[in-house]
Amino acid sequence: MDAHSKSHFALFGLPERFALDPDALEAAYRRVQAAVHPDRFATAGDTERRIAMQWAAQANEAHSVLRDPARRAAYLAERRGAAIQAESNTAMPADFLALQMQWHEALDDARDAGDPAAVAALRAQVAAERDATLERIARALDVEGDAPAAAQGVRKLMFVERLLADL
Amino acid sequence: MALLQISEPGMAPEPHQRTLAVGIDLGTTNSLVAAVRSGTPEVILDEAGRPLLPSVVRYFPNAAPLVGNDALHSASSDPVNTIVSVKRLMGRGRADVASMHLPYRFADAPGMVRLETAAGQKSPVEVSAEILRVLRRRAEAALGADEVDGGLAGAVITVPAYFDDAQRQATKDAAALAGLNVLRLINEPTAAALAYGLDNASEGIYAVYDLGGGTFDVSILRMTKGVFEVIATGGDSALGGDDFDRALAGWLLAQAADGGERGPGRRDADQWMSALPPGDRRALQTAARQAKEALSDAPRVQVDLALSDGRGVSQSVSREDFERLTQALLERTLNAVRNALRDARLAPADVQGVVMVGGSTRMPQVQRAVGGLFGRPPLNNLDPDEVVALGAAIQANLLAGNRAAGDDWLLLDVIPLSLGLETMGGLVEKVVPRNSTIPIVRAQEFTTFKEGQTAMAIHVVQGERELVSDCRSLARFELRGIPPMAAGAARIRVVFQVDADGLLSVTAREQSTGVEATVAVKPSYGLSDDDIARMLRESFDAAGEDMQLRALREQQVEADRMIVATRNAVAADGDLLDEDERARIEEQVLCLYKLSRGDDHSTIKAGVEALARMTEPFAARRMDRAIAAALSGRRLDQLDR
Repeated sequence: MDAHSKSHFALFGLPERFALDPDALEAAYRRVQAAVHPDRFATAGDTERRIAMQWAAQANEAHSVLRDPARRAAYLAERRGAAIQAESNTAMPADFLALQMQWHEALDDARDAGDPAAVAALRAQVAAERDATLERIARALDVEGDAPAAAQGVRKLMFVERLLADL
Repeated sequence: MALLQISEPGMAPEPHQRTLAVGIDLGTTNSLVAAVRSGTPEVILDEAGRPLLPSVVRYFPNAAPLVGNDALHSASSDPVNTIVSVKRLMGRGRADVASMHLPYRFADAPGMVRLETAAGQKSPVEVSAEILRVLRRRAEAALGADEVDGGLAGAVITVPAYFDDAQRQATKDAAALAGLNVLRLINEPTAAALAYGLDNASEGIYAVYDLGGGTFDVSILRMTKGVFEVIATGGDSALGGDDFDRALAGWLLAQAADGGERGPGRRDADQWMSALPPGDRRALQTAARQAKEALSDAPRVQVDLALSDGRGVSQSVSREDFERLTQALLERTLNAVRNALRDARLAPADVQGVVMVGGSTRMPQVQRAVGGLFGRPPLNNLDPDEVVALGAAIQANLLAGNRAAGDDWLLLDVIPLSLGLETMGGLVEKVVPRNSTIPIVRAQEFTTFKEGQTAMAIHVVQGERELVSDCRSLARFELRGIPPMAAGAARIRVVFQVDADGLLSVTAREQSTGVEATVAVKPSYGLSDDDIARMLRESFDAAGEDMQLRALREQQVEADRMIVATRNAVAADGDLLDEDERARIEEQVLCLYKLSRGDDHSTIKAGVEALARMTEPFAARRMDRAIAAALSGRRLDQLDR
């Protein structure tokens, strides 16, 4: 069994779906690292040290993907055949493009006016959109089994999160 | 049931035999070695009962170098051959050290600096190795390492969390030169947290503020159920107590120069400092350091010093003067703390305790400023000079397999600076972002841009900036042996691997043909394999030791370790092997055993590697089983306590 042949979910013994209990993920991550971390094999032979390093790296990668909702959704969508292609696929629904432009104008206005209350209001609005997008992604993946819709949601989420970081 | 019989991978093969392992704090100003004895970590003292070994090495034309206190006394009289604060030179080039006002003569060569001494050219790695060698001998004598089979099994050596790859590699190379087996490099703040955490058995978020002689580090850690997880680190690997001394020394010099008139600017003071003869400069800095230390207790001190040109420094310094002169330095450390908190997405109030590390945290203004930032008094129960070595000893003891029942924890550390690649136009593409938990493996695909291209150059840099020129060059990798194909047809997958010591290695493979490209590494500020081999030879010659004999002994120890590990694994999990696999492994074990009784270290090495290759699938299956057991919660009762 190779460290890379297991899915991120299988590595932690978690069901392969978007909904995830963060505490269960953290507990499983700690348990797996406690078993495979190279520190457990500091005086072992070369083989075991090398394999421990590969598995521990895999556990770190899986943990960093699963704990981030956007990356977790992207990972699931890709496993179900709908790659995100963040660079090449920039097609967005027209209503979302309109919303984006509206947000950017609102941000420019608020910054020009030096109005922190307006920026805060915008942030709340964008955060609400992020939460709604996450809910739609969760439904697409866990209820409707619609991976392409989830991938579209992830592309939208990536945009929303970039904007939130700027705010 | 089979699952319950899995042997604990970290346990020593024979539980009654203790393995000797030490923790070493290789500091800018002082170094220490500590070990866990009778269950308690303690610093190992020298024959005069002193815990600290000054990190000072003095070279002579035809004699062995002096290390520590014996060398310290000559810092002013023989500054060129007396190397202090060598840690600041590790993995550093000429341009990096130009602003440090050092009295040494540097050889004119690219890469890591080399010092011209009475004993010839010395790399900072060799200077550090002298310090480590003294600590190794001190530990062996105190622990009776010679009597235990195999001697000292290994050492955990601490490095500043903010050390880049070149600085870490230089430290590991120095340990190898000193004949130490490095169990792990761990970060100084993490070691300090370990020393505190185990005493207090506390859960929550902790910050470690580590102001040493030459480096400043801050780490934010989360302690949960026996796991010490570093969530963010920051700092400045060229800012420390030395800079506080220099600020005061420059001011003292300025006061002497204009007879107490309004002092000149900092730049003038810096220039005057550089213009002083090396001996005077050292004497002035020593006086400044003593004044700084005295000001931690007294509100005012008097500095009197005669310079070699007849000028005199006679100046009264108040604590307020000193605090004003060093305010900007202190502010730089506080900014690094704020940045680390931002990276961790935490506010100062989220932090439950602030651990103070490093002698420089004795300065009252540091204590006050850190307490003010976090809104709580910092923790000072452990000696700030010793806490890092104590933590390293605790970790060394665990890694060596001397775990007592219920004694279990795991350190999860992070990479402090992003790793990236040079792309078109001198821009950096990040491959591994900073604060990623290590070990970590990331792959990147490249293609050829010329018809029949068989080689490719990759430039790896470390840092957060967008331009290559603003980042730290780590190494240039040259891939050769790419099969000739049409332009853009080859798909070369380059794998960046950062191990648990925080050290980077690179491998490459062409995907469509499966051809492994060879990777030639040219470290920008590191030593090549040839350099290391030459230094090893020289150090053996100097010590009158036989290098062949040492290599043979090392390979024999490695072979024994491999044989014991394999036999234990087969005994525990033999059901994971089929008859044929089992027979072949047993045959190979026997073969290695016979080889290891011979006297050729290279054939033993080949035998070890052959057994390692053969047992790899077995080891992977065992790992799988260990994870299954871990997830079912059977073997982690301590962690879940």
